Amino acid sequence: MQFMLLFSRQGKLRLQKWYVPLSDKERKKISRDLVQTILARKPKMCSFLEWRDLKIVYKRYASLYFCCAVEDQDNELITLEIIHRYVELLDKYFGSVCELDIIFNFEKAYFILDEFLLGGEAQETSKKNVLKAIEQADLLQEVRLHTDP
Amino acid sequence: MPAPIRLRELIRTIRTARTQAEEREMIQKECAAIRSSFREEDNTYRCRNVAKLLYMHMLGYPAHFGQLECLKLIASQKFTDKRIGYLGAMLLLDERQDVHLLMTNCIKNDLNHSTQYVQGLALCTLGCMGSSEMCRDLAGEVEKLLKTSNSYLRKKAALCAVHVIRKVPELMEMFLPATKNLLSEKNHGVLHTSVVLLTEMCERSPDMLLHFRKVWLLVPQLVRILKNLIMSGYSPEHDVSGISDPFLQVRILRLLRILGRSDDDSSEAMNDILAQVATNTETSKNVGNAILYETVLTIMDIKSESGLRVLAINILGRFLLNNDKNIRYVALTSLLKTVQTDHNAVQRHRSTIVDCLKDLDVSIKRRAMELSFALVNGNNIRGMMKELLYFLDSCDPEFKADCASGVFLAAEKYAPSKRWHIDTIMRVLTTAGSYVRDDSVPNLIQLITNSVEMHAYTVQRLYKALLDDISQQPLVQVSSWCIGEYGDLLVSGQCEEEEPIQVTEDEVLDVLEGLLVSNLSTPVTRGYSLTAIMKLSTRFSSVNRIKKVVSIYGSSIDVELQQRAVEYNALFKKYDHMRSALLERMPIMEKTASNGPTEIVQTNGETEPSVPDTKLPPLITQPANQANDLLDLLGGNDVVPVIQTTLPTKPASAGGELLDLLGDLSLSGGPAPAPSVPISQPPFLLDGLSSQPLFNDISAAIPPMTAYNKNGLKIEFTFERANPNPNIAVITIHATNTTEADMTEFVFQAAVPKTFQLQLLSPSSNIVPALNQGSVTQVIRVLNPQKQQLRMRVKLTYTHKGSPVQDLAEVNNFPPQSWQ
Repeated sequence: MQFMLLFSRQGKLRLQKWYVPLSDKERKKISRDLVQTILARKPKMCSFLEWRDLKIVYKRYASLYFCCAVEDQDNELITLEIIHRYVELLDKYFGSVCELDIIFNFEKAYFILDEFLLGGEAQETSKKNVLKAIEQADLLQEVRLHTDP
Repeated sequence: MPAPIRLRELIRTIRTARTQAEEREMIQKECAAIRSSFREEDNTYRCRNVAKLLYMHMLGYPAHFGQLECLKLIASQKFTDKRIGYLGAMLLLDERQDVHLLMTNCIKNDLNHSTQYVQGLALCTLGCMGSSEMCRDLAGEVEKLLKTSNSYLRKKAALCAVHVIRKVPELMEMFLPATKNLLSEKNHGVLHTSVVLLTEMCERSPDMLLHFRKVWLLVPQLVRILKNLIMSGYSPEHDVSGISDPFLQVRILRLLRILGRSDDDSSEAMNDILAQVATNTETSKNVGNAILYETVLTIMDIKSESGLRVLAINILGRFLLNNDKNIRYVALTSLLKTVQTDHNAVQRHRSTIVDCLKDLDVSIKRRAMELSFALVNGNNIRGMMKELLYFLDSCDPEFKADCASGVFLAAEKYAPSKRWHIDTIMRVLTTAGSYVRDDSVPNLIQLITNSVEMHAYTVQRLYKALLDDISQQPLVQVSSWCIGEYGDLLVSGQCEEEEPIQVTEDEVLDVLEGLLVSNLSTPVTRGYSLTAIMKLSTRFSSVNRIKKVVSIYGSSIDVELQQRAVEYNALFKKYDHMRSALLERMPIMEKTASNGPTEIVQTNGETEPSVPDTKLPPLITQPANQANDLLDLLGGNDVVPVIQTTLPTKPASAGGELLDLLGDLSLSGGPAPAPSVPISQPPFLLDGLSSQPLFNDISAAIPPMTAYNKNGLKIEFTFERANPNPNIAVITIHATNTTEADMTEFVFQAAVPKTFQLQLLSPSSNIVPALNQGSVTQVIRVLNPQKQQLRMRVKLTYTHKGSPVQDLAEVNNFPPQSWQ
């Protein structure tokens, strides 16, 4: 995966995870253009499109669009499953997640994503394990760490 | 200083802003507060401030002043700080900036931290955005972690290693030993990431691939793992809609694809499991179809037996019938990839594919169209074309050009009959006429010319189409051309294929004249119709009417039209004896390469491929006798006479345009010189006769030379190089007369050796005024492909003081630059 974007129906960015090195300016431009392109698509169209030289996979969940840019060899259908898994993780964590949760707790959304994907690939295929790791990490936030021996 | 406001508080506040300006103001205020807090090196609230900064960054505001703060957070001992610090680093830093290198040491320490979640943060950050330098520095640490028994860290290390390899491919080798045992893990996370790592290595190094195949015996291992996944009972942890760990299954199938590619043994070893997955996977949900899709891709890419391939294509065929448009989309994409290799199998699904032309989704329609064209053959051409033409009628404009081109190509290859072919072309021109590509017009003209027995039918149909609609330019152009060519067939009412229509010459001319005046016609189209009208002068009897039209356009504002009209006028006036020969029916053209042959002649704005000269006989005109005389006089066999014509004898090009013959005049850099010089001619024509250079002089100026100087007649040659062909030298002769009497009926003729080709254009006049009061200029074009030394024999005839004078001379003193 090259990047993942979450944005609202008004085109406001809620999360952006980049797995390829690009400058801030380039990222802004890509986000802006891609968001426009996807928002312009009609509901009856399929979830895949070719955009510039990328394969885009996107799906709308309630008021949020989840959009990934994948490589040529990547399986689009399984990417849809990856998106779905991420939504399930958010849902479990926040309890019936909605856009507001992601707005107000964006850093948590990132932490969850980083336990699920690393470098653009899935690191853990068990929902339970991802959630357990997040839970444990959250607990650590309370505790003061000791320096290394 | 009061505590900086909390993150959620800030978010809430910013969201209350009603305008962009209000939001900007709030942000600026908070940024200022954050900046001063940073300046105070406040450790307690740094985390909170950076988090807020990250929020504002997501809204689109600059946050670069927080970069160093992120580094400080990463170095902190608080987990909360590290978490936000690393997040900040991933969002705000990029490897282009040197700042990121400062992270390296922190990451190194954290990779060795006692808490696995800290190690995890470091691995994640390195694997997401590590630069080549960082990867080089830290690869050793990653490799160490790849060998740990802690599966939480092992899986992260594996993906981190993937990133390191992508950034620094030479480091691949060092991960090899640690990778060996990865597949014996039970943990799915580790298995999944290991397969990803192995895939990356195989894709990058054919040697590794061989090693994995032959030495590690990877294929049987993977087959076993996959088998266990499928056969094992329900595992709640990894289950997705009844399928056990689809993510892992898909990755294994992908790795198998790479291992089985072009290797018979490996392909055979995976045959069974592929068949098993293909037949047993649940297809009711997307997840099952995702696995099937990957399986199909693998089957098609390895050396699978034909039974398996047919199975795969049938799966795709079933996909095409799926309600889910995403599934249809991937099916069409895959079929497009396999249609070349498994053509027959794909053919079986042709009707389903054709149905997809009616799909609502643009991407699906496009793929269905491409696939349909790929499936057209001699057997199904009629049926397929019906569907495709129907598609052409109703599709979006973005498809029309490609579809039209596809139809033309397919029709050309598989047309069952000439009539069908012409009908199909007509259909495309009338329904999508404005979308066809520019090169279609000359191609179609060529096709029509060559379908000799269909001329009457074609012109009739095109004429009828014109009566309906003159807005589609390609249609109008082809029709005009045909009417010009075959107008006689049209009015004579001979048509075998269908009921002949009754149409008079005047009606035809009305239509063509209508095109000339219509606002819908482009300048190119007008050119076509004027030329068509002209051609009809030898086919129709209403020559006077044609003469009138032609002369009217002699003063048209449009330069193109004016030039043509003037030349045609000249044809009527002075060269009437040549008119019929020049406007003769076009012969059958040899089909040259579909993209046009090497020399494209730019004639009056139309690019038309020029047929090589040798293929068509040049039009011999009257002065042939004189040419023979020249031959006789010169005697030798090594000299080829040039035919002195008043108009160039360049054979007609594929466009069939009369203008092509005259087009050379335009190439000679300006309007054709008028043969006689009535003052009423518009001035610009005469300008072309001046000694202004006719071409851009790309090379250094070639010095002029005196070719002949005798009895008061002096002939000078000046040189240019022809654009675009540097093998053509353009010589302008200037004839001047120092005697006290005019030299009238002056004719200049020239002959060149066989390896050259020569063309004489019209002289400016045939009176060389006495006492150097003026000159006669004439342009000679010499084609010298072998770059041989230029030699010329000239013959001059004129009348001086009542008596005819004739002289022959050899011109050998050409400057070397003129022929080198």
